[in-house]
Formats: sequence, C-alpha cells, structure tokens
Amino acid sequence: MAAPIIDAATFAELQASAGEDFVGELIDTFFEEAPTMLAELRRSAAAAEAEAFRRAAHSLKSNANTFGALALGALARELELGGLDSAKAADALARLDEEYRRAAAALAELRGG
Amino acid sequence: MGDLHGPARLLVADDNKVNRLLLQRSLELQGHSVACAANGRIALEMLGAGGFDLMLLDMEMPEMNGFQVLEHLAADRALRDLPVIVTSSLEGLDHVVRCIELGAEDYLPKPVNAVLLKARIGASLEKKRLRDQQKELVRRFATSEVAQDLQQSGFSLAGRRVHGSVMFCDIRNFTALVESQPPEETIELLNTFYTLMFDAISGNGGVVNQMIGDGLMAIFGAPLPLADHAGAAVRAALEMVELIDLLGVERAEAGRAPIRVGIGVATGEMVAGYTGTQQRATYTCIGDTVNLAARLEAHTKVALRAILVDAETCAALGDRIATERLGPVAFRGKALPVEVFAVPCGAPPAASG
Repeated sequence: MAAPIIDAATFAELQASAGEDFVGELIDTFFEEAPTMLAELRRSAAAAEAEAFRRAAHSLKSNANTFGALALGALARELELGGLDSAKAADALARLDEEYRRAAAALAELRGG
Repeated sequence: MGDLHGPARLLVADDNKVNRLLLQRSLELQGHSVACAANGRIALEMLGAGGFDLMLLDMEMPEMNGFQVLEHLAADRALRDLPVIVTSSLEGLDHVVRCIELGAEDYLPKPVNAVLLKARIGASLEKKRLRDQQKELVRRFATSEVAQDLQQSGFSLAGRRVHGSVMFCDIRNFTALVESQPPEETIELLNTFYTLMFDAISGNGGVVNQMIGDGLMAIFGAPLPLADHAGAAVRAALEMVELIDLLGVERAEAGRAPIRVGIGVATGEMVAGYTGTQQRATYTCIGDTVNLAARLEAHTKVALRAILVDAETCAALGDRIATERLGPVAFRGKALPVEVFAVPCGAPPAASG
C-alpha cells in the first residue's frame, strides 16, 4: 500500500500544536500557493532550469509533509532528487497534479469537519 | 525560554509562505515576538538593523540561500554570535554537516515538531545568554583592544602556545586585616585594591584573568601579543606597589593599618586559551611559567621583597629597570633550583601572609 493521502496522526498533531482555526487558514494559504509551485515545475521543466525545478519540488514536498500529505510529499521528493530527468518520465508531472488534487480534496474535507 | 528570561525577538527566514506562517505561529504561541523574511537577502538586511536574539533559517531560498546567509554572518563581527537554527527539509546528511560547519547552532528537519522547536530555541537562547555574559566579563577584565580581539578570534576552547609574562599578586596579612575590621570595610578595601591593580595592569597592556580572594592573576602577551611583555609586567608591578603605598598613606591618616602586596612575575612559553565548556569558560594560561610566577609571589613573604621575577624576565629587562640577584631557590615541584631576582621598590612586604 502506498503512503496515505493524508496521514491522520501528522494532521492531528499539527492541529494540536498550532490550533484548528489556524490550520484552516494555513490550508487556504497552501491552496493559494500550491498551484504556483505546480506551474513553476512545468515552466522550469520546459525551460530546463534545473535549480528552479528542484527548488519548486522541494517547496511542495515540504508543505505536503507539513499537512501529512505523505503521498504527495513522496512524489515531490522523487522530483526533487531526480531533477529534470525525472520530469521527462511521461506522466511524472501529471501524476503529481493528480495527487495534489486528491490531497487538496482530503484537506478541504478535514478543514470543513 | 520565554518563561525564564522573557520573550525573545526572533527572525524567521523562509521563502515558502506556509512554512513561514506555521513557524511564526508556533513561535508566537511560545511567547516570542516574530518577524519574517522571504529570502536570505531580506533576512540579512533585517538582521543588520539589529535587535534579534535568534534566527530560524531555511536553506532553500531564491536570491540568497541559507548557506550564503551563514557565510555572511560568519564574516560579520556584529552578527557572528547570533544563534541560527536551520529548519530545512534538505536531502542528505552532508547538508546538515555543512550548516553546522558554517556556524549554525542547531538543525531541525521539517516539518518542525513544536516541542522540539521549543526545546532547541530555549537551549540556543540560553547558550547565547551565557556567551554574552562571558563577553561582558572579558570586557570588564580586559582593555577594549583585547576584548575586541577576543570577539574577532572567537571563543575557541583550543589552547595555543604563546610567549608571555604571568603575574600573581596578593595582599599580605589579609587574614589579620579581615579580623581587625568590620566586613564592610574589608569589601571596600578589596574594591579599592582591585580598582588600583586593574588600572596599573591594563594601563600596561595586561589582562587580569582571575581574581582569587585577596589576590589576582594577570597575563601580559595574551590574548593579544604584546611587545616587551616582561617589561610591561614589571612596570605594572612597580606601579602597583606605588599605588598601594599611596593607599597606605591614606589609610594611616584614617588611623588604619597599611596594606602590603607581594608580586611574582615569570616569563616564558605557556598555553593560553579558554578553559571550561562551551557554556562556561574562562580565559587563562597554564604551564611551568604560570606555576613559577605563583611560586615567586609566595616567595615574597620569605624574601621580604615586594616584587620577585625569574631569570627570563630579568634578562628581558636588561638595564632598563634595576634588579637584584637573590640567588637560586629550591621551589616545590621544581627539579632544579631557580634563580630569583628582586625588583627594588618602595617598602618591603611584612613577613608572613
């Protein structure tokens, strides 16, 4: 079984230490920022800018892990470590988009409940 | 830390907004006041304005990354002691090692655990407080040039070999003096004594590194090299005796007993440096030269001379300051007898101490 969409323990710990309301706002911020990171990954991959690509993947990994979005974090980490070559794999970025959508839906639900 | 020493002012440097907000929130919940910078360049600008107690630094940042920030801080005398805790999800242990080598205090992997964060910040602020305290002590003991040099060369616990002169000095008959007067007067006398001795020593380029009851130890030629350290130490000793004589005149007018000091000076190789731990250290010198200076000081009671020096100090003085050869003396802990020289000056010390 792959990593969970959202790791319940990580998310609960985040809420406990930062406060539920604050985590709600933090999720909103993530929803604002993540599309920019995903776009930056595509742009830098197309422009063959290795450093920008790695940095965007790193940033997305870091945020995903903060919320316990471990599957998304793992995919982003593969791109961070693999660099531009990993982006060339046919569906790497598409898989990342898909995983982001799943994580975002799960977070939106957690935020509501 | 917030509980112990009041809230600290922290800077969070991270290009990622989610990370920034979350760190800020965690730190504010711990009672600290927090400012944020979105990259290394902005962080350095904000630090330059001053007032921060600690920085939490991300490594991956555009414009100027965390490694470059650490390099800048290390080269900046005003900022080199600022504690930096690296918070990063960088891959690879070598990055962590590089951060520490560049002077980071600690490393916390992301996502940052709030409890761990609190503990590390508390420890870092406490370390900084002790360092500041130590710096303040050194400033009090040293001339401004010496203190500045210390700040520049940093607090390394590794010793280094230096050639210098060591002085020991204490008050004769101090015990009898303490018993003959109220404690307030003794404290006042000690304060006057130390003020006069510090003036004479630092006025001649020396550093008082230890105060021991009614005595002190001073170093000439470390931490900063000092040309003619032996001459400087003996000139300081002569001034000290003169000042104590003047104090005696004052005391006699007030109907009090005069005081006498004994001073020993030895010159040679010694190992100088900070001893202690990273948290608590004192600058000192060790070695045969230091032992000899202490023995010479003790011997002033036997020789009934105020200032005694060793052969190397005497040789360095040449004809500039008169000395008198007292002949070889067998000191405890020395295999061979040691040539002892007196430096003639005002009044001889009273016998016994």
